[in-house]
Amino acid sequence: MPTFEPVLLRRVGKESGQSLAGYRADGGYQATKKALGLAPDEVTKIVKDSGLRGRGGAGFPTGVKWTFLPKDHPGPIYLCVNADESEPGTFNNRILMEHDPHQILEGIMIAAHAIKCHTAYIYLRYEFGRSYRTLDRAIRECYDNNLLGKNILGTAFSLDVYLHRGAGAYICGEETGLLESLEGKRAWPRIKPPFPAVEGLFRKPTIVNNIETLACVPHIIERGVDWFRSIGVPPDPNNPRDAGSLGPKLYCISGHVNNPCCVELPLGITARALVDDFGGGVWKGRKVKACVPGGISMGFLSAAEMDTPLDFNGPLRVGCLGLGTAAAIVVDDQTSMVDVLFNCCRFMAHESCGQCTPCREGTDWSRKILQRIQAGQGTLSDLDTLTEIAQSMGTIPGTTICGLADGAAWPIKNAIQKFRDDFEHYIQSGRKTAVAVTA
Amino acid sequence: MGTVLVNGTPVEIGANERLNVIQVADRAGVEVPRYCWHPALTVVASCRMCLVETGEKKPDGTIAMVPKLVPGCQTPVKDGMVVVTNSEKVKTAQAQTLEYLLLNHPLDCPVCDQAGECWLQDYSYRYGHAHSRLHEPKIRRPDKNYIGDEITLFTDRCVMCSRCVRFTREISGTAELQIINRGSHAEIDIFPGEPCNNKLAGNVVDICPVGALCSKDFLYKQRVWWLQMKESVCPNCSTGCSITIDQNNETIYRLRPRYNPQAQGHFMCDEGRFGFKYVHHPDRLGEPLALPKAGPPANDWPAVLAGAQSALHETAQRNPAGLLGLLSPWMTCEEAFLLAKYLKSLSPQVRLALGPVPVEGEDDRYPKGVDGRPLANTLFTIRAEKCPNRAGVAAILQHFEGKVVTFDEIKTDFSDGRVEALYAVGGYRLPWLADSDRSWLSALKLLIVQDILPSPASGLAQYLLPGGSFAEKDGTFVNHAGLAQEIHRAVRCPGQAWPDGRILWDLAGRRGLFHAPTLRAEIGTEIGALAALRSGRLGSLGHLLSEGAADQASGGPLPTWAPSPSFPPAPPVAGPPSPPPPHHSTPKHPAASGAKP
Repeated sequence: MPTFEPVLLRRVGKESGQSLAGYRADGGYQATKKALGLAPDEVTKIVKDSGLRGRGGAGFPTGVKWTFLPKDHPGPIYLCVNADESEPGTFNNRILMEHDPHQILEGIMIAAHAIKCHTAYIYLRYEFGRSYRTLDRAIRECYDNNLLGKNILGTAFSLDVYLHRGAGAYICGEETGLLESLEGKRAWPRIKPPFPAVEGLFRKPTIVNNIETLACVPHIIERGVDWFRSIGVPPDPNNPRDAGSLGPKLYCISGHVNNPCCVELPLGITARALVDDFGGGVWKGRKVKACVPGGISMGFLSAAEMDTPLDFNGPLRVGCLGLGTAAAIVVDDQTSMVDVLFNCCRFMAHESCGQCTPCREGTDWSRKILQRIQAGQGTLSDLDTLTEIAQSMGTIPGTTICGLADGAAWPIKNAIQKFRDDFEHYIQSGRKTAVAVTA
Repeated sequence: MGTVLVNGTPVEIGANERLNVIQVADRAGVEVPRYCWHPALTVVASCRMCLVETGEKKPDGTIAMVPKLVPGCQTPVKDGMVVVTNSEKVKTAQAQTLEYLLLNHPLDCPVCDQAGECWLQDYSYRYGHAHSRLHEPKIRRPDKNYIGDEITLFTDRCVMCSRCVRFTREISGTAELQIINRGSHAEIDIFPGEPCNNKLAGNVVDICPVGALCSKDFLYKQRVWWLQMKESVCPNCSTGCSITIDQNNETIYRLRPRYNPQAQGHFMCDEGRFGFKYVHHPDRLGEPLALPKAGPPANDWPAVLAGAQSALHETAQRNPAGLLGLLSPWMTCEEAFLLAKYLKSLSPQVRLALGPVPVEGEDDRYPKGVDGRPLANTLFTIRAEKCPNRAGVAAILQHFEGKVVTFDEIKTDFSDGRVEALYAVGGYRLPWLADSDRSWLSALKLLIVQDILPSPASGLAQYLLPGGSFAEKDGTFVNHAGLAQEIHRAVRCPGQAWPDGRILWDLAGRRGLFHAPTLRAEIGTEIGALAALRSGRLGSLGHLLSEGAADQASGGPLPTWAPSPSFPPAPPVAGPPSPPPPHHSTPKHPAASGAKP
């Protein structure tokens, strides 16, 4: 398969990613200059035309989101950069931040100009210490070189970027949870409407974008819409609602593979090709049993579904929640899905914010059931109970305030649906991997 | 204007009304169960109990339903909307939500105060299952009796509706209550050392839909189905919160606020809520006494009243200007009217004055800001004027005396002998006379005292008439804003004490029995300022004096600043004590027939 020339990752491990001088020598901040010479609406139109879709998990067209801001608002308008990367299996944001912070900052600048924002907050998960230090250093370099602060590069555009660290909660990656946390409150996601673009941070219009999404922006400006659209999967001409899966994507591969890594590829590679050609294949000579397509919230692909293309549509067709963060986690055939699912449920129960009833109670209940199954006390009716919990927690649309419940429900739904034999065998064989059930 | 279809029933909504699905369904007589939504608090839509199906009716008559369930509390209604609350999808969601809420809920019903008025019980019965599928241990959490001086928390009963937290942030502004921990381990708590002791704290017990937050005063005292409920008005300040008195066997166990948009809204302060203990004080005057300077003593009502009557007659004939009627601001309008009219009938020169009006500090407005000072947008006020009916009694005095003479103005007349005979009505909750007043009180030739608790005056009176507290009589109080509200007798007077209306009716020699509505009609006809009382009945929410006469029977015009006749509908006019369940299936407000925009 022809190797894709990395764009987002091209400075990883190189001098050019480690300092402003290096970045500039590599042609950095030319896109910013170009963008600042355009009107904000023109920049928005370019990003919209490029077909860039959010890389944080929801896949919403970025340029379209920017148009949701109210016109002629007195401001201030805020840009919040979601660097809270917490979806299990995902680490591409971390690599971007640690190895090429200026690429991100350039994306922030261009985006801020497009949405007429002069204050941007990077919400960085606390655990990413190295990212904090590299970003902080890069931001200082920008301030020292008229790339941030007042009158950037001699234009009328001013921008302040604040680097804010979180305190260890997955729910702070949910856009309104992030806003609440940034405001100093409990990260309880807000009810929508109103949407952040209308009423967001401090009740002002706010755009929340993912790190990787913003990293694409300078390249779209520099190389053009056509270049971006030439990569990936174009929209289905027969489906006017299909926004396509365009541009390069950072895929994370982890789990039972020989070469866990982060690789940049055009959107649309199949799970099998991703694992075999870039992940080094399943480890220890084993075969694949299941593969998470995009962070555990998306559910599981079965071995038979490994040829599913990992674009915005592929996983949906085989019953997963979506592409998510395109983080593949491989499960080998000697691992029980009971243990895998328990891990997913344990994570979700720990991270549920506790605001809405189905998620607060459902995540903990499913964790307890799986723990009991692991302790050898499961029954077959537990599988039906789990399916029902998943149904009411997330699969029926509208039952919760945010998507965490959906992300908790989908792994349960997929696991029991696609790997029922695994569960039944585990239960009926009296197998035990845990000792006792804790309340 | 518009029409919303609720389960097929059309409901009218006004052009200026902003209602959510729950409120509109309520109008159609359909209950949408909910925990976290409260009309006085912000919407959080977190309990997910009110999930319903919505859609719209297209101009061509077809109905397009939205595929997902939406929370009724956060969905504003508009013309053409279709709401379905009884579909399989909705019922499944309701049953599932209840199962989740009951999952870790302790089976405390037999020992829980809330039993009988518990929304978890009620909704489980109506929308849930009777069995649990949890095979694992429930999460247990320790009780917290340090939440407040009046409040205790049974932590594991909490359903995380966050009403209490929002109350302390939005209504009292004191923000003592918070949620700690995350996910299923979330609990209500306070910051260590900063308990919920604001003056509105008791309300969190009312708004808690389950038995998590309980009142220490009421804890374990009564089962709510033993309680008889009576509508009344709190007498402890001139805000005049509409309340319900809950009593069993002639003992009041608690007071609860009643929603009244014109009076105070949804809440009441702790001063009023817990300030009824004086009604059952062992020192309550319970025996009529006649201890005339000349003549035999008596302790039965006919003899005492006859004695008082003749003493008053004698004084009025000899020195009418020396006879003073001191009308307490704790009297009802009817009582003040009876006494004023009677005294003036003895002689027009008999004088009338207003008893001391207790004032403590300044009006206490809520919510508070972070600095402890009230915010600009006041949602609740505890007023400095600590009596229920100064406005009503003043209106009576204005009519009969031509002016309102205050106690301070009249006090000098005692010491210089211009007043030799005094008919003093008390009824105060707290001592209203000082020991130093004994000097002028004992100098009086005739002292008639009508009161509920002992005072320097009651000890010196020739005629002592034990009266009733606010909870023991029917009448009318007029609050600071001129809202006239009915109070109703919930318990009997102690001992041989009589409701003041009965005392004065007999004293005035009127035939028959004291009957508040009939007397209101008389007052409303005779006194222009109180014309609003003319119909005799003021409904559950009272009537503004400024609106003039109201023909309540036909559901006449609403006072101008009342919000739309929307949720919640007023409870039934005081009558037999059928306890209305909280917020559910109460009859519509008489004016909510939908005829008006």
